[in-house]
Amino acid sequence: MTDGLVLDRASVTYRQSLGHSLTAVDGVSLQIGSGEVVGLVGESGCGKSTLARAVCGLERLSAGSVSFDGAPVGRLGLRKREQSLLRIQMIFQNPYASLNPRRRIGQQIEDARKINPGDAPRVAELLAQVEIEPSAVNRFPHEFSGGQRQRIAIARAVASGPDLLIGDEPIASLDASLQARVATLLRDVAVRAGASLLFISHDLAIVRLIATRVLVMRSGRIIEEGPTERIWNDPQQPYTKRLLKAIPVADGLGRLPEIDELVD
Amino acid sequence: MSQRSAPEPAGGTFSPDGVLVSGLTLSIGGTMILDGVDLEVPPGQVTGLAGESGSGKTMTGMAICGLQPHNSAVGGSIRFAGRELVGMAEREINRLRGAEIAMIFQDPSAGLHPMISIQGQLTDHLRYHRGVSRSQARERAIELLEQVRVPDPAGALKRYPHQFSGGQLQRISIAAALACGPKVLIADEPTTALDVTVQAGVLRLLRDLCDDLGLAIILVTHDLGVMSAVADTVAVMRNGKVVENGRRYDVIRNPQHPYTKALIEALPDHQGPSDHKEARS
Repeated sequence: MTDGLVLDRASVTYRQSLGHSLTAVDGVSLQIGSGEVVGLVGESGCGKSTLARAVCGLERLSAGSVSFDGAPVGRLGLRKREQSLLRIQMIFQNPYASLNPRRRIGQQIEDARKINPGDAPRVAELLAQVEIEPSAVNRFPHEFSGGQRQRIAIARAVASGPDLLIGDEPIASLDASLQARVATLLRDVAVRAGASLLFISHDLAIVRLIATRVLVMRSGRIIEEGPTERIWNDPQQPYTKRLLKAIPVADGLGRLPEIDELVD
Repeated sequence: MSQRSAPEPAGGTFSPDGVLVSGLTLSIGGTMILDGVDLEVPPGQVTGLAGESGSGKTMTGMAICGLQPHNSAVGGSIRFAGRELVGMAEREINRLRGAEIAMIFQDPSAGLHPMISIQGQLTDHLRYHRGVSRSQARERAIELLEQVRVPDPAGALKRYPHQFSGGQLQRISIAAALACGPKVLIADEPTTALDVTVQAGVLRLLRDLCDDLGLAIILVTHDLGVMSAVADTVAVMRNGKVVENGRRYDVIRNPQHPYTKALIEALPDHQGPSDHKEARS
């Protein structure tokens, strides 16, 4: 329980047609200590989702290694995964797809509680943490709004007693007014459960709200990394500056966000 | 169930190229979705419709386009080009939709047909509505792609939607919407599926098109940052009603309605960091 998540020069390569290959994650090394909240930002196609999938064993590494508390994370096959790796839990972008539409909320959270190594909090407590009324246990996912479903998915991930939560764009499908709220809630729930959090988003404004450290990814590489406020106020890389400038500010002044062409 | 109480169109001086919505109601199976929406959409301006999901902002856009669900009852009035759109026969609406009033959607990959070439998507409705020849339509398509800044327009015409990125696809669907030279463009969350950097480009494009072509644009978005960047006026919707409506600066900087205030307070950082702001001005 010392070193948390460690990636050592991890690469993921996809084979494409005509013998081409695409290196989506290109020699990424990083560490997330226990209880840390880290944001990972970048544009679509930069490899951030592939990185998340590699961390929980959904992608095969072409080079390097991923380990969690010293245990290597191998590719998830058809066999049951190792007990120690059940403590990495993922929250996906689309709560419509990640919850089983045919099972009741209570059953789905119960399933997750079963793999909790310690004493799992009761279902009602878990739901209370994500501000869902206890009567939800007997209902089905379609009876809830997108924001509620995402909160249920968070409750389910936490029920298993995770040490590492990975949120892959968990707020991208929510209303702007809900995004900040769900992101903060996810952070609070993770911190309370003693888990570290890798929060992936293309929205630096939201990441800034919850993460203590930010990684900026481009073309499969981490190009800048540092404390959140430093990255926000004093970005070093032109790519990071460009990302920040493109965020439209709700100041009522009608200023169009700038787009500088990036010179490589 | 139909409650057609068409009120007199307000303001005879309103430009005929704009859209004037008054007292618009829409209900589905007895549930009120729109509850008396009033909205002015003048040409050459971006009229923003803000609000959370379920507030009725998308349904307002759909109703203006005549795309409301089949089982719904629409009342009130939508005036465009001296005509009343509420209760207009389907045949007549078909003549306007796509030609005079065009729409773009959130997900460009769903808005474009995956098995029709870009040329087909840009010219089919053009030939139908305007009756131009195949070669004229192709010329117009190339012109449109240049206008929305898609690289290599002639090459792009032969390709299919899956061969483009999300940002390029949204540009192409804007080109398709503009093909017949509409007066009104309804953009429903046009940049929500895009990266911030790509979003910046599409927002600029919408603003330029509005200014250059004098389009009346209705921008539906829940993102007040986007609203602040391109909209001239902002109408905030909640539970099927417009709760606040005014100039962009007034609504965002000095909101009057508690709901608007709550929306603005929920933003992660609505002022932005100081140095970052200076860098832009």
